Amino acid sequence: MSSTLALIFIGVAVLFILGIKFLSSPKTARYGNLLAAAGMVVAFFATIPLMQLHEWNLNCTLMAVGIVIGLVIGAIGAYSVKMTAMPQMVAAFNGLGGGSAALVASLEFLRRSHSLEGVAVSAAVPMLFATLIGSLSFSGSIIAFLKLEGKFERPHTFPGQNFLNGLVLLVIRGLGGWLTFNASGSNSATAFVVMFVLALAFGVAMVMPIGGADMPVVISLLNSFTGLAVAGDGFVINNLSMIVAGTLVGSSGTLLTLLMCKAMNRPVTNVLFGAFGSGGGSQAAAGGVAGTVKPIQADEAALLLSYAQRVVIVPGYGMAVAQAQHSVRELSDELGKRGVEVQFAIHPVAGRMPGHMNVLLAEANVPYDQLQEMEAINPSMDRVDVCLVIGANDVVNPAAREEKSSPIYGMPIIEADHAKTVIVMKRSMAKGFAGIENHLFYKDNTRMLFGDAKASLNALVAAVKAS
Amino acid sequence: MSVEILVLFVFVLSIFVGFEEISKVPSMLHTPLMSGTNAIHGIILLGGMLVLAAADTPLARTLGFIAVVFGSANVFGGFMVTDRMLQMFKKKKK
Repeated sequence: MSSTLALIFIGVAVLFILGIKFLSSPKTARYGNLLAAAGMVVAFFATIPLMQLHEWNLNCTLMAVGIVIGLVIGAIGAYSVKMTAMPQMVAAFNGLGGGSAALVASLEFLRRSHSLEGVAVSAAVPMLFATLIGSLSFSGSIIAFLKLEGKFERPHTFPGQNFLNGLVLLVIRGLGGWLTFNASGSNSATAFVVMFVLALAFGVAMVMPIGGADMPVVISLLNSFTGLAVAGDGFVINNLSMIVAGTLVGSSGTLLTLLMCKAMNRPVTNVLFGAFGSGGGSQAAAGGVAGTVKPIQADEAALLLSYAQRVVIVPGYGMAVAQAQHSVRELSDELGKRGVEVQFAIHPVAGRMPGHMNVLLAEANVPYDQLQEMEAINPSMDRVDVCLVIGANDVVNPAAREEKSSPIYGMPIIEADHAKTVIVMKRSMAKGFAGIENHLFYKDNTRMLFGDAKASLNALVAAVKAS
Repeated sequence: MSVEILVLFVFVLSIFVGFEEISKVPSMLHTPLMSGTNAIHGIILLGGMLVLAAADTPLARTLGFIAVVFGSANVFGGFMVTDRMLQMFKKKKK
């Protein structure tokens, strides 16, 4: 690489670092994304002189066609996806990146293992690493995507699952270890393919037992895996900007994963190996809950809301599913006109991704200053007249505070039950993703408004207007 | 100092930069941030281009081509979807 190109790649690294930096503040976030994209464009053009073209015409045509196909897929995906389906989209793009990283490493491995000079251990390690992590991320992301699309959402478990997964992992490690030192051996290609397939299978096996509610953590983890795979590829083909970009994603993704687990008060090992929803659910249900469920009709709820001084809305995944964010905004505006102080309480893990609720409410033009984080709103919850819970469940379950045997005990929650009246909008009495009873529904000050969130909200808006 | 060690040096420093940067992000920007970093690892497109350029067998060409398609979808889709998300944050500030 000439020193001019090397300098350009340093500039690219700086653009990525600044891009992520700016992405961390609401004011500069969009600029940060554009900065990172600019870095990508520079890196793209700086890579062209590095290409050692073999059969110029054919490979170049393939490259151009491939890039255009990818561009079309990406653009269609990015611009046609509904904002509620964002997490799936991130999972899908992440899976594609992981697959690409695995393929790049595989190609290099197969090419070099047949070459005369052979493969040094220092080159074999990053190649095998990128192949394993990349293919695991690919298949894992596909499962995560399907789970978020509503396919086999529930955790799939069977006895001895962790043992079997451990065994597969052991075989993968064994093959990887052997290949590290025998990359040029006669059976290396076969062993490599077996390892590749096993890594794909392990990705599936790793994500299948995890419930839909934990998918954000999984996607974040797989995102950092892909980053590390890309960094590994950077080592293999000696591209510093790939190392820097991949590592940045790897380390920031790891930290984000841990932050998410922290918000749910669960160690990351519990998310990945606990198969949470199955075991804990039956246990808590057996405990039983005292109290009765008191339904409410939309017109009565509207009266409560319009004569309140302070209303706090707690949105959850149910709001996303019902596409109700615009109706929520309408209700909040209507109440605002009547002098009611309306705030939104956002739990860090509400929805399917951190910030999922913020994105949805932003789409519906809810002003920033109405959004409050959990820690900010909890101390004043007992001065709230009506707390309207829209499709949120586990994040407002007082069991996290009251019942030591509950699987979510200790998880920080929005203290909805401290409000004078709680109105919970829900389709049915079905359990949330943690699969446990919600004590909030049985509290004396709680009323249940059953029905589709969007339909109920529209009825509320109409009733508030009329009252 | 060999080149490998220098590269390793860059790698270790990058880990710390990544950790430092994200520790200050408000939770409402976590989704855009995840999406943005997701787009950044789309730099794998360059890797795909490099291996496709050097491909000399039909198998290598096919796999390299798939790598380029995947990488390209990752990078373009990633940045576009992030921008779409952030656009909404901006619009309502007016």
